[in-house]
Amino acid sequence: MTAVRTTAALSPTTRPPISPPSLLRASSTIVWRNLLHIRRMPEMLLDVTVQSVMFVLLFAYVFGGAIAVRGASYKEFLLPGIMVQTMVFSSAIVAMGLTSDLQKGIVDRFKSLPVPRSAVLVGRSISSLIHSSIGVVVMAATGLLIGWRVRNGVVDGLVAFLLLLMFGFAVIWLGIWVGSLMRTVEAVQGFMFTLMFPLTFVANTFAPPESMPAWLRAIAEWNPVSAVTQACRELWGNGLPARADAAWPLQHPVMVSVAWSLLLTAVFAPLAVAAFRRRSRD
Amino acid sequence: MAPAVEAVELVKHFGDTRAVDGVSFVVPAGSVLGLLGPNGAGKTTLVRMLTTLSVPTSGTGRVAGFDIRREPTQVRRSMGLTGQAATVDEILTGRENLKLIGALYGLPKRYVREATERLFDRFDLTDAADRMAKTYSGGMRRRLDLAVSLLAAPPILFLDEPTTGLDPQSRSGLWAVLRELVDEGTTLVLTTQYLEEADHLADEVVVVDKGKVIAAGTPTQLKDQAGRASVVVTLTRAADLEDAARLMRAHSPEVHVERSSRRLTAQAGGLGDMTRIAAVFESSGIELDDLGLARPSLDDVFLHLTGHRAEPERPADTDPAATEPAEGTTADTPEGVTP
Repeated sequence: MTAVRTTAALSPTTRPPISPPSLLRASSTIVWRNLLHIRRMPEMLLDVTVQSVMFVLLFAYVFGGAIAVRGASYKEFLLPGIMVQTMVFSSAIVAMGLTSDLQKGIVDRFKSLPVPRSAVLVGRSISSLIHSSIGVVVMAATGLLIGWRVRNGVVDGLVAFLLLLMFGFAVIWLGIWVGSLMRTVEAVQGFMFTLMFPLTFVANTFAPPESMPAWLRAIAEWNPVSAVTQACRELWGNGLPARADAAWPLQHPVMVSVAWSLLLTAVFAPLAVAAFRRRSRD
Repeated sequence: MAPAVEAVELVKHFGDTRAVDGVSFVVPAGSVLGLLGPNGAGKTTLVRMLTTLSVPTSGTGRVAGFDIRREPTQVRRSMGLTGQAATVDEILTGRENLKLIGALYGLPKRYVREATERLFDRFDLTDAADRMAKTYSGGMRRRLDLAVSLLAAPPILFLDEPTTGLDPQSRSGLWAVLRELVDEGTTLVLTTQYLEEADHLADEVVVVDKGKVIAAGTPTQLKDQAGRASVVVTLTRAADLEDAARLMRAHSPEVHVERSSRRLTAQAGGLGDMTRIAAVFESSGIELDDLGLARPSLDDVFLHLTGHRAEPERPADTDPAATEPAEGTTADTPEGVTP
C-alpha cells in the first residue's frame, strides 16, 4: 500500500453495463470456480481417487478371500458397491465445501451481487457431481485392472452409470442440507462420516446381507444403497439377481433405485434450499 | 438530491437479542458516513441489512433510491461491499477473483480485463495478479477485496471495518485510496471501531451502541460535546517548568504540569487561546519543543456518551505486532501544531 498510484479515475459516471446472468450462466460460472479449486488442490480428489482405490484393494485382497458371493468373483461383486459408496461419500465433500464457503464469507460475496441466489447451490451440486464422476472413472479403471468387467452390453452398462449419477445427485442435496445447517467444516465432517459409514456398510456393498442377523439384514436390504448396488451388479453382470428370500426392493433394484433417487431429491432438495435460505436471511 | 443511503427504523432481532434496535440515518450522495461503535454494537448487522445480505425484522432502507426489501436486485447493482473478513477466494489468483466476480455481474469480458489491469495497478497488485490469493498478506487481501468491490464501479460502497487487523502503514494506504474514491464521487458507508478512522474519513459519524444510535454529527460536533480543548506545551528544558507554569496561569486558571515529559496542559477555549499563549512564550525567551491544541478524541466522546471506552478488542487471528496500540493511548493528539 506504500505506492498507491493515482491512475485513471474509476468514477461512477463511467459505470460499465451490468447484465445480471441467468441462473444457468451464474451456476456455470460457479462450477468453473469450484472446478478450478479441484485443479489447484488435486488433493481434494483424494477421497474419490486414492482413498477409493485403497478401499478396492483392501477389500479385494484383504477381506475378499473370506467373503463368499454367489455367481461372480468377489472383485466383480465389490466394484459396484464401492462405486455407490464413492457417490455417497461425495455428499460429505459437497457439505464441507459449502460450509467452508459460508464460513469464509464467499457466499456473502456472491449474495451481494445481482445473481440468482440459488446459483450457489446449483453450481455446487453440479461441480460435486463432476467430482464424484471423476471418482467413478477412477474406480472403473481400477476395476478393469483387477478383473472387473461390464458384461451385459453398452446400453445396460450406461444405464447403471446413469443410476449411479442420479443417486449421487440425490445424496448431494443431503450434503447441501447438512452443509447449510452446520456452522463449521469440522462439525460437518464429523456428522457426515458418522452417517456415511453405517449407511454404506449396513448394505450389500461389501458382503451379502444373508449372513447378517435378521434385523440388520432387513435394514441392509431396505437401505437405498443396497438397491443401487444391486441394480449396478445386475446391469453390469457382476452377480446373480437377488435371492428369492431377499427383501422386495432387491427384487426390483433398477426401479427402486430410480424411485429412491427421486424421493431423496424431492425430500432433501427443498430442505436444503430452505435451510440455505434461512441461513442466508441472517 | 436524493440521499445515497437511508436507514429507516431498521430493526434486527436474533432470537431474544436485539442486534439492531430502530436505527435511522441518511447519507447524502458523495459523502462519507462512519458507523462507529464497539464490538457487538450492531454495525455489521446494519451493513448486512443495507446490502441485502440480511433481512430486517422490521423497518427498511434505501440504497441509491431502491428499497432494500422490495428491490434487492437493484440495490445489489448499485453498491459494492467489502466485508469484515476479506471475502476473496483464496484458491483463485487475484486476476481470477476479478474474472469470477465480473462474470457474475455479467460485465463484458473486455471491460473486466481492462478494469483488472487498472485496479491492480492502482492497488499495487500487478506483480501478484497471477498468484493464489492465499499467498497474499493481510493488506494485499484487503486491497484485492476492495478491487473486487470496485470492479463494477459502484456509486455507493459499503466497507465493514476495512482496516481492522491491518498494520498502520497499510491502514493509511487504504485511507488514501478511500479518499480518492470520495474525490471521484463515491458515497462511502464504513463501520469502524477506530475512532481515529471515523475522525479521519467521515463527514458524518453515527455512534452506535447496543443496537441504538446514541449520537450523530460531524466528528467536530461530537468532540465539542465531550468537552473543551486544551493547549499542550512541551518545553526544551525542565528547568523552565516553574516559569512557564506561572506564565500560563495568567491566561488559564488550571494548568497541569507533567514533569517527566516537560509538558504543560492548560484548559483553552480554542485557537485564540493557543495563539495568545504562543505569543507569551515567544516574548519570554523560554524555549519550546512543541505547542499545540489538543481536542478531545472520539474516544473521549465515547466515554462521555456511554460510560465505557470503545477500545477494540485485538482480533485473535492477527499478529499482535501488526496491529496498532489501543486507541485510548492516543487521547491527546495535538491538532494545530505551530513551529
